[in-house]
Amino acid sequence: MSSVQIRDVRKSFGNFEVLHGVTIPIEDGQFVVLVGPSGCGKSTLLRMLAGLENITSGTISIGDRVVNNVQPKERDIAMVFQNYALYPHMTVAENMGFSLKLRNAGSDEINKRVKRAAEILALSPLLDRYPRQLSGGQRQRVAMGRAIVRDPQVFLFDEPLSNLDAKLRVAMRTEIKELHQRLKTTTVYVTHDQIEAMTMADKIVVMHDGIVEQMGTPLELYDKPDNQFVAGFIGSPAMNFLKGHVRVNGVATFEGPNGVKLPLKNAPAASDGKPVVYGVRPEHFTIADDGADAEIVVVEPTGSETQVFAKLGGEQVVAVFRERHQFNPGDKVKLKPDPDVIHLFDEATGKRL
Amino acid sequence: MAVIAEPVTAQARRSSLWIRAFESRNFLGAMFMVPAIAILILFLAYPLALGFWLGMTDTKIGGVGRFIGFQNFVSLSKDSVFWLSVFNTIFYTVFASIVKFAIGLYLALLLNERLPFKSMVRAIVLLPFVVPTVLSAIAFWWIYDSQFSIISWVLIKAGLLTHYIDFLGDPWNARWSVVLANIWRGVPFVAITLLAGLQTISPSLYEAANLDGATNMQRFRHITLPMLSPIIAVVMTFSVLMTFTDFQLIYTITRGGPINATHLMATLSFQRAITGGNLGEGAAISNAMIPFLVAAILLSFFGLQRSRWQQGGRD
Repeated sequence: MSSVQIRDVRKSFGNFEVLHGVTIPIEDGQFVVLVGPSGCGKSTLLRMLAGLENITSGTISIGDRVVNNVQPKERDIAMVFQNYALYPHMTVAENMGFSLKLRNAGSDEINKRVKRAAEILALSPLLDRYPRQLSGGQRQRVAMGRAIVRDPQVFLFDEPLSNLDAKLRVAMRTEIKELHQRLKTTTVYVTHDQIEAMTMADKIVVMHDGIVEQMGTPLELYDKPDNQFVAGFIGSPAMNFLKGHVRVNGVATFEGPNGVKLPLKNAPAASDGKPVVYGVRPEHFTIADDGADAEIVVVEPTGSETQVFAKLGGEQVVAVFRERHQFNPGDKVKLKPDPDVIHLFDEATGKRL
Repeated sequence: MAVIAEPVTAQARRSSLWIRAFESRNFLGAMFMVPAIAILILFLAYPLALGFWLGMTDTKIGGVGRFIGFQNFVSLSKDSVFWLSVFNTIFYTVFASIVKFAIGLYLALLLNERLPFKSMVRAIVLLPFVVPTVLSAIAFWWIYDSQFSIISWVLIKAGLLTHYIDFLGDPWNARWSVVLANIWRGVPFVAITLLAGLQTISPSLYEAANLDGATNMQRFRHITLPMLSPIIAVVMTFSVLMTFTDFQLIYTITRGGPINATHLMATLSFQRAITGGNLGEGAAISNAMIPFLVAAILLSFFGLQRSRWQQGGRD
């Protein structure tokens, strides 16, 4: 187990810079999730950490050692690939023991460690099978087994669940988290799925276009997103954004599209008339008599909750209710955001106010 | 009424039988196979059967042969030239195939790396395969010429040699010379096919092996070679079959000489059957190649057959 320090790391492919100076401190034993849309550079960063890509500038250290020029095999890391990268011509046991065999470990030790990893992952009955004879979830577990057997300083996961079906993904999510709680090995996990990030991470790093937008615990990111990108990326369904202005005359309000008035707890200093973006999460709407007028467009019940798409001041917003309201398309309702938990962003910079 | 009705129903019955036949999958399937089967019978099965038959007769060109059973084979078994050609063929096949495989694999690995001018190099590698065999054979004939050989000329000019090499006049020189020509000719096929095989190996396997601590040599030994083995089996089977039955190179460069030292079974068969007119004996020599070819196919089939990890299915 080791801490990992990523300091001002840049990466260029030819003249094209994809990472623009990324700094991420990772503590020993932490489960860090790099999350962001496709092309944000998260996988590239992980591959640089693994040593599969060169570092253009900046430093990456594992423990006390700067690994910029250290060969992948000498970094003492294990990686789980998106397509699992299991050796098709080796059995499950051989796949898991391959790294030990290359290190000339004795067959007794290999057997012992493979057996232990197989027990942890419930793979014991499958040890003699070939990857082709396994289901997607089993292959995924073999790939993790291969990493566990090594007992490395750091685990790297590159979108490991994206090839699984939805139900299995949820199950494996829990399994990986449980595994981390048991082994306490420093883990860096890349995904584009913010729900995976929220549910698994000790610390989430939101990346976008080659920079870190925000780092923090899942709830910090949910409660206090630094900017509009993070606010829109974290949370499902996504946060609603309404453009408008702050009005301060006696009581602070937000004047949205088509004169819609929405409540503010307090206005940022000297912000009267300032163009802002008003952000409200779908779960923070309530039906209240003093709410703003809205017209229901679509109602999507999921059982535990109901998603309601409505027109608010001409803009479409989505609200989520745990109560079972009887809504029909075309109904007029009064939607009120909870002023304690709304978010204001500068319209020009997207920064939180 | 009855007089009119009868032909109508008969016609209806006939046309409905016809329609039903065309609606039947089995009948339609059989119909679709007829052209292919006709071609196979006409151009493969019939000549093969004719070859077998000719090998059992004493047919000469212009004459009708008699059935003489295995007499051709009996006389061949006492024929030292025939046994020399068997030796030559095996020698030629073994050495050419091994070297073609080695060079082909080396080139394929090289071309699979990031190289400058990669596509141009690939095109150049394919050149020997593109040139008609007889033309390249004639080029080799000149290269091996006893008076005008460029190899001898260069070596003498460089001061390494005092007299011209007699490439095609000495039995062993000639054998090695034609093996070399065959290697030059056959390497591209092996290289390009193995390259295609290499490109099907997922790069993430190499990355995983790299992280697992494998050196380059270990990656080759534990990833490339096992993953490539099915392709190697196919390529080498074809390579051995094509080399064993080679005719053009030998016939153009040496015509089997000197003193039959480079006669392969195929060229000897041609010489006895067409040049010498003994169709029966020539066919018998050709037929004698079949056991060797079957053995080569079986060897690659059983030795390198699809291993267990390639077979799909769950248990």
